Amino acid sequence: MTTTRGSEEATTRIERHHYDVVVVGAGGAGLRAAIEARLAGKKTAIISKSLFGKAHTVMAEGGAAAAMGNVNSRDSWQVHFRDTMRGGKFLNNVRMAELHAKESPQRIWELETYGALFDRTKDGKISQRNFGGHEYPRLAHVGDRTGLELIRTLQQKIVSLQQEDRRQFGSYDARIKVFAETTITELILDGDRIAGAFGYYRESGEFILFEAPAVVLATGGVGRSYKVTSNSWEYTGDGHALALRAGATLINMEFLQFHPTGMVWPPSVKGILVTESVRGDGGVLKNSEGRRFMFDYVPDVFRKQYAETEAEADRWYTDPDNNRRPPELLPRDEVARAINSEVKAGRGTPAGGVFLDIASRRSAEEIRRRLPSMYHQFKELADVDITKEPMEVGPTCHYVMGGVEVDPDSGAAQGHVRGLFAAGEVSGGMHGSNRLGGNSLSDLLVFGKRAGGHAASYADGLAARPKVAVAAVEAAVETALAPLQRETGESPYTLQQDLQAVMGDLVGIIRRQDELEDALRRLAELRARVATVSAAGGRRYNPGWHLALDLRNMLVVSECTALAALERRESRGGHTREDFPTMDPGWRRVNLVCALDGETVSLARKPLPTMRPELIGLFDRAELAKYLTDEELAEFDARTEEAGS
Amino acid sequence: MGSRRQFRIWRGDASGGDLTDYQVEVNEGEVVLDVLHRLQATDAPDLACRWNCKAGKCGSCSMEINGRPRLSCMTRMSTFEETETVTVTPLRTFPVIRDLVTDVSYNYEKARETPAFAPPADVAPGDYRMRQVDVERSQEFRKCIECFLCQTVCHVVRDHEENKHAFAGPRYFIRAAELDMHPLDTRTDRKEYAQAEQGLGFCNITKCCTEVCPEHIKITDNGIIPMKERVVDRRYDPLVWLGNKIFRRGQVPQTSVSSGQHEDAVHSHAASGGVHSHAGGSHDASAEVQAQQGLNWHREVPKPTMPPVDDNGKLPLTELTFDRPAAPSPFGDDVTFPLPPEHLNFVHPNQDEQY
Repeated sequence: MTTTRGSEEATTRIERHHYDVVVVGAGGAGLRAAIEARLAGKKTAIISKSLFGKAHTVMAEGGAAAAMGNVNSRDSWQVHFRDTMRGGKFLNNVRMAELHAKESPQRIWELETYGALFDRTKDGKISQRNFGGHEYPRLAHVGDRTGLELIRTLQQKIVSLQQEDRRQFGSYDARIKVFAETTITELILDGDRIAGAFGYYRESGEFILFEAPAVVLATGGVGRSYKVTSNSWEYTGDGHALALRAGATLINMEFLQFHPTGMVWPPSVKGILVTESVRGDGGVLKNSEGRRFMFDYVPDVFRKQYAETEAEADRWYTDPDNNRRPPELLPRDEVARAINSEVKAGRGTPAGGVFLDIASRRSAEEIRRRLPSMYHQFKELADVDITKEPMEVGPTCHYVMGGVEVDPDSGAAQGHVRGLFAAGEVSGGMHGSNRLGGNSLSDLLVFGKRAGGHAASYADGLAARPKVAVAAVEAAVETALAPLQRETGESPYTLQQDLQAVMGDLVGIIRRQDELEDALRRLAELRARVATVSAAGGRRYNPGWHLALDLRNMLVVSECTALAALERRESRGGHTREDFPTMDPGWRRVNLVCALDGETVSLARKPLPTMRPELIGLFDRAELAKYLTDEELAEFDARTEEAGS
Repeated sequence: MGSRRQFRIWRGDASGGDLTDYQVEVNEGEVVLDVLHRLQATDAPDLACRWNCKAGKCGSCSMEINGRPRLSCMTRMSTFEETETVTVTPLRTFPVIRDLVTDVSYNYEKARETPAFAPPADVAPGDYRMRQVDVERSQEFRKCIECFLCQTVCHVVRDHEENKHAFAGPRYFIRAAELDMHPLDTRTDRKEYAQAEQGLGFCNITKCCTEVCPEHIKITDNGIIPMKERVVDRRYDPLVWLGNKIFRRGQVPQTSVSSGQHEDAVHSHAASGGVHSHAGGSHDASAEVQAQQGLNWHREVPKPTMPPVDDNGKLPLTELTFDRPAAPSPFGDDVTFPLPPEHLNFVHPNQDEQY
C-alpha cells in the first residue's frame, strides 16, 4: 500500500502484516502473553521497542513473589493476598490480588520447565527470600539478577517455540515473530474494535502496519517523565497513551512509587537506588550546611520512638534496647518529605539532593564488609568511593501503580474499546496505591499469561475481522512524519527536560494543591510546544525523532497523573499530599478514572468493587478498622455476627 | 567543575562514514554514555546509539571506545587523560546501520539455531529438584547480558565475514555449556553439537572474550575449555583416552567412541565427517595456534582415529594378541602417508596454488 505525503508527493512505503494477536512490549508481561497466544495456536507478533531481551524487566533485582511455601510451609495464597492488600493500602483490585496470589506459584514453576535456574533450598526446591511487606520468605530469586533470568528464560522459550514451528512449517517465524526495535505509534480502530497497530522500525524509519483484531499492551511504565528515575528511555508511557487514544481508561494514575534515596549525582549513577540499609548501618542525612536535619522532621506520632539528640541516636546502633532510633530510620515517606523540604528550602546539593554520609561515621573496612554490593556498584559505575565521600541522594521515580483499567480475569481494557488487553506495569489496579517488592515479576507472569490467552480467544470468537481504514493509516503517517517536516520548533530534548522538571518539581513524591495546579498550567503550555516539536535529521535510526514522537505520550500521561493527584485529597501509598497528610477511609472506596475526551484528559470517580466475605474474613477487625469506613465496618460486624449465630 | 574534552565519533551509515570531531563539556563522574547523551541534546540531535538501563545490566550500549569493545555506560570519563581524545566507533564485527548502531541480527540467528532447553518428560512443574552447587555452574553463564562484546572481539569473525556462517561465537558456546551443565536438561549431545554445528573447533582459546566480558564470566576457562576438553577427551585424543582407560580416571560418560570393542564403531565415527582443523592432532597448544595460521578453515580433513581395542577395552600391545606384527599407527589405520598437501596442518609451499 502506498500513500502520498505532504507537498513532496513522495510515496511512503508501508510494510503490511497480518496477525491474530499483536503484543506491544517485549518485557516479562509481553513475552508471557505472546507465549500464551502462540500456545493457543494464534499467529502472534511481538513488538519490542529495543532489541529482543533488553526490556526493563532485567533491572528487577529482588525476586518474584509466589507463595510456594518452600522455606516456610505456613505460607499460602491467603497470606500473600493479605500482604498484597496491606501493601496497596486496600485500594487494590481485590480480584486481581486474589488471582495473583493464587496463580503465581504455578507461573514460577512453569519457568523451570522453560529452563530457568533459580537459587535452591537445601532440599533442592526453589529458594525464597524475605522482603519488606511479605510475612514469610516468598521471593524466588537468582542472586540479584532475577529479572534478567526471567527475561532470558521467556526469550529462550520463544526461541524454542520458533524451533518447533520451523520443524513443522519450515520457518522460525511461521507463528511467532519478534519485531525488534519497532515502536507502535497508533492503534487503528474499526468502530470500537481494534483493527491493527501502526508504527515504525527504528533502524530504517520505515513504517509498518499490523492488521490484527487483538492487541495486548505490555509497554511498562512512565518513569522517563521524571528528572530522577531508575527507568530506561523506553518508559515513556506509550501503552498508557495508546490505550487512552483508543478509548480505554486509566486508573490510579496518581500512585507512583518513589524511593527516598536514589543517587542524584554523579550523572553516571543518577537514579540508581541506595538501599535503606545504608541508613540502618549508620548512614546519616545532611543538608548543604552540614546539618543532620532529620531531627527537625520527626512527626508527633513518632516522637516517643525516635531519638532527640545526636548522641542518643548514635548510641542506638550499638545499644538499641536503651536508646531510641535515629530519625534517619523514619518511614520512607517521612524521609522523602524531609529531603524534599530541605531541597525546596534551598539547603540541597547543587544536583538537587541531600548528602547521605556513611564515610565519616564508619571505618572503610566496616563499610566494605557491611555494604559490599553498594560499595562495588558505585566504585565501578561512578568511581565514587562511599568509604571516603558522602553520597548525594534524593527521591527517585521507580514504578507506576496506575495504568490501564482492565477486567481482572481477562486483562481486557475497560472503556469504549474491544480487542485491547493490558498486562504488567501498564495495567492498573493490581497493586492498589503501593506495590510490594517482588510482586511485579509475579504480576507480569500471571497477568501476561491471562491477557495473552484471552486475546487469543477474543480473536477466535470474532465472526469477521475488523477492517483497517486507509484514512486512519494516512493520519498516522502524517502524525509520525510531522516532527521531521517542521523547520521551526523546539528540540525534543529541551521539551523533555522541561517536562521532567515540571513533573519532578511539582508532581513528585510530595504534592501540594498549589503546586499541582501550577503543574497543570505548565503542562498545558508544554502541550502547545510539543505540538510543534521539530526533529533534525532523517528517518534512519534518529533518536531525536523517536523522542519527539514519544513526547506526546509522556505529556498526556503526565496530565493524568497531575489531575488525579490534585483530585485525591488524602495521602495513601504512593501518593502523598502535604496538605492532606492522612489516609481517609472514604477515599479508599474511590478509584480515579482518566479518559481522553478529544484532546483533553477527563477525570471521573468510580467506586471500588467490594471484597467477597471469604476474602475480607482473612483480616482482623482491628486491621480493617484502619482502612474501612464506619459504614463498611458495621456491615462487616453484622456479617460476622450472622456467621457466629 | 566541567571541562571541554575532545571526542571523535564515527558518523555514517552502511554506505560509508567518517570520524567527526566534537568538543563537548564533560563533568566529573560521567561515563561515555552521558557524554553521548549530552551531544544528542546539543550538537548532534540525531546521533544514533543504543542504550537502556544505564547501569550495566542490559548490554545495549556496546561500542568500541578507543578501539576496545566496551559498554559505554560502564566506561568512566575519569579513566581517560584530560587531554586525551576519546574515539568512539561502532562494533566492528557487525554491519553498521547508522552511527554507533550496528546490525546485531547475526547473534539472534545463532541464538535461534541453538537447540533449546529440553525439559525432562516425567517431571511435573513444581517437582524440579536441583542442588545449589549444580545450578551454580550454569548460573554463571546465565549472568550473560547479551552485550555481544565477546562476539565482536572474537578474531574468528572479527575480520572474517566468511566464518560467520559456521561459527556461533563465545556467547553461544556458553549457552551450549550452560545447557550441558543444566542438571535437568535431557539432551546429551550439547558438546558434540557445539563442535559439529557451532564451530567450537574454530576457537583457539585466545581468551579475548573473557577479557571483555562486563559480567566477568569466565567464558573460556569455565565454558569453552571444559567443552573442548571433554569433546576431545572422548573423540579425538587417543592418549587421553588411553590414559583414562589405564588409570580409570573419573567416570567419563560413555559415548560411541569409548565403546571401542565394537570394532567398526571407531571407523564409522571417523567417517562421520564434520570440520576439524588440525588433522595431525598436535597436543601442544602453541604449536596448534601456529599451525592454524594460514589454514583454510573450511577444508574438510579426516579426523584422527584411534586404533581398535580388544574385548577388555585395551590396546593390543603385543604382537601375540594383535593382528599385525607392530604397534598400531598413532595416526589411525585410515591415514596413509604421505598426506595430500591440502591435509597438512602447516602451510605447504604449494598450498596457495591449490586454494
